[in-house]
Amino acid sequence: MDGNAPDFAAASRAALADPQLRGNFRRAMDGLMSKRAAQFSDAGEWHGVRALAASVRLRALSKLPELLETLEETCTRNGITVHWAATTDEANAIALDILHKTNAKLVVKGKSMVTEEMHLNAVLEKNGIEVLESDLGEYIVQLDGTMPSHIIMPAIHLNTKQIAHLFKRKIKDAESREDAAYLTDLARRVLRAKFQAADVGMSGVNAAVAETGTLCLIENEGNGRMCTTVPPVHIAFMGLEKVVEKLEDVPPVISLLPRSATGQPITTYVNMISGPRKPGEKDGPREVHLIILDNGRSSIYADPELRDTLRCIRCGACMNHCPVYTKVGGHAYEAPYPGPIGKILVPQIEGLEKRGAMPHACTMCNACVEICPVKIPIVEIMGRLRVEAVKPSGAVKDGGAKASRTEAMVWSGWAAMNASPTAYRVATLAMSKLGNAAPSSLPMLKEWTNVRTKPRFASRTLHDLARAKGVPDV
Amino acid sequence: MSAIPKPTRVYYFGTCLVDLFFPDAGMAGIELLQSQGLTVVFPQGQSCCGQPAYNSGYRADALKVARAQLDLFPGDDPIVVPSGSCAGMMKKHWPDLFHGEPDEAKAVQVAARVWELTQFLVHVLDVQLTDKGEPVRVTWHASCHAQREMGVVEEPKALLRQLANVELVELKREKECCGFGGTFAVRHPEISAAMVGDKVADIEDTGAARVVSGDCGCLLNIGGSLEAGAKAARGQHIAQFLKERIHGR
Repeated sequence: MDGNAPDFAAASRAALADPQLRGNFRRAMDGLMSKRAAQFSDAGEWHGVRALAASVRLRALSKLPELLETLEETCTRNGITVHWAATTDEANAIALDILHKTNAKLVVKGKSMVTEEMHLNAVLEKNGIEVLESDLGEYIVQLDGTMPSHIIMPAIHLNTKQIAHLFKRKIKDAESREDAAYLTDLARRVLRAKFQAADVGMSGVNAAVAETGTLCLIENEGNGRMCTTVPPVHIAFMGLEKVVEKLEDVPPVISLLPRSATGQPITTYVNMISGPRKPGEKDGPREVHLIILDNGRSSIYADPELRDTLRCIRCGACMNHCPVYTKVGGHAYEAPYPGPIGKILVPQIEGLEKRGAMPHACTMCNACVEICPVKIPIVEIMGRLRVEAVKPSGAVKDGGAKASRTEAMVWSGWAAMNASPTAYRVATLAMSKLGNAAPSSLPMLKEWTNVRTKPRFASRTLHDLARAKGVPDV
Repeated sequence: MSAIPKPTRVYYFGTCLVDLFFPDAGMAGIELLQSQGLTVVFPQGQSCCGQPAYNSGYRADALKVARAQLDLFPGDDPIVVPSGSCAGMMKKHWPDLFHGEPDEAKAVQVAARVWELTQFLVHVLDVQLTDKGEPVRVTWHASCHAQREMGVVEEPKALLRQLANVELVELKREKECCGFGGTFAVRHPEISAAMVGDKVADIEDTGAARVVSGDCGCLLNIGGSLEAGAKAARGQHIAQFLKERIHGR
């Protein structure tokens, strides 16, 4: 097993100790929540469009195997070469093989969370291939040597001042100016030159249409269009759940995604990629490849309850609304997918040995469930994973990894006490009389009393009061 | 909210947190119902809805505890709960918890009769409150499960607004979790502390003397934090607050 399992508690402590980080997230998330709310001020419209998008995703998942076969056929017919990867290692090997065959030295990338899941950049660099992220946020994160802290806004943890400092350190001739327009223009100049020189462009996929063999990619900066049209070879990466059945299924998804994510009615660019350059056409890549990644998704698919995880359209709204994510930021999760969706997806992909703590980093407040545009029952799946961590059904990798005899005994004792009226009466009597004498140094009580007074047991329980006041028992 | 005809008799499920930490609030809830002419039955055999084990991954233990409550509420009378979280566990999660069990039908029947207290006061009893208290400014903390599992959003605020001398100032982030989350508060004490810190700051900004809530988990967390920080505001359960207002103390 992984000896270096991520320690969410320690990472979140570090994040909480950084007032700059906390301020950046609080401000950014408050802004995103109110922008989203403004998009859905008409409750009727929200319920309607949400039901439509959820049904599109549900229908796609209900026929997933056949849609993937159709997608391969239609893409192939369009001249897109389709590759299947069971693991991230396989996906990296396929990508490297294409790069070697095209003798590529420089890759430009549009944002793709699947390639984060694959740690593709590190693999490419190890193989002597220069790779440049072209989404502005992703470019900032790459310059900083960190990872995205949000799936839609990778550099949301930094403010303008911090980015200005970073650019000054990392970009030749950069001026020290805390001015978003200047900084954007600076990045644009660096990126433009790379787009023209790149051998291969890479991108993610927001939806792949089985009916037509079309790869749909939405973005705001035009970098996605550059990556997919300027270099001679384009490689697109997608998780196998991203397929939709028909072209008409795309609008609800690409409308709800930006409205939920950033509160925009639509993204600036909507790319519908249907193959490489055809004879007589003046632009477009010579080759288009689609790498379809499984990496545990087919196991998730096999369980009817866990399957709902795969409905996700990666809008990130669950992060924006998560009170835990809002406090600690994305890096604390040390995972490609942070926040609520990460807490249910990553443990299923990477297993409960390594990620068994993630489903507990949640108060089960349901804020994410309330706004999820495709109605994923995130908290129910979170609860299911908590069960799988201690009492495995075999549905999740490394099930039972967090089973603890002590914890099981505590709950068993708790159940015995609460399932017998006599035992309950004795126990509550004892707590009423003696509970307040418990020292604050006790484990759990100590954590509690760091910022709170000790809970005070009442001298008489409600059972006692009701009896004394003659409240009938039957 | 599908209202039901006004009954003459209701069951009261007090919850374990009320039982141990806020029995006066529990009793206030009973008295509010009695003041509307209802017979309130408090089965002495009750303990807990099972939520702590359910949310910790120990479903068999949760089932054992939930099952011990099932026979305490025979018939069709509504079951009123002074907690959105426990009501949500019973109404929303008991049917899942008992799924495939021999007593599933009974659990579903019981679950369907569960009401959160303020929801019941507003939708079934249509209570009209007369305020006899001194002028006071309060704010309302909405518990996550009351809002999102029981759909209780406007009901408690509507009750508070019936009180002539009570000025209700809403929180800026009313819908945001206070950071209690059951075992979350001790599994992730620092994050929980940061969350309740934001909540306390929001409460202070309203200038309210009281933060009223319908859930005792939140009240332990927020009230304990207000006290530890020596803040002016105090936490109080809505049942107790309403009872005090209509009695003028």
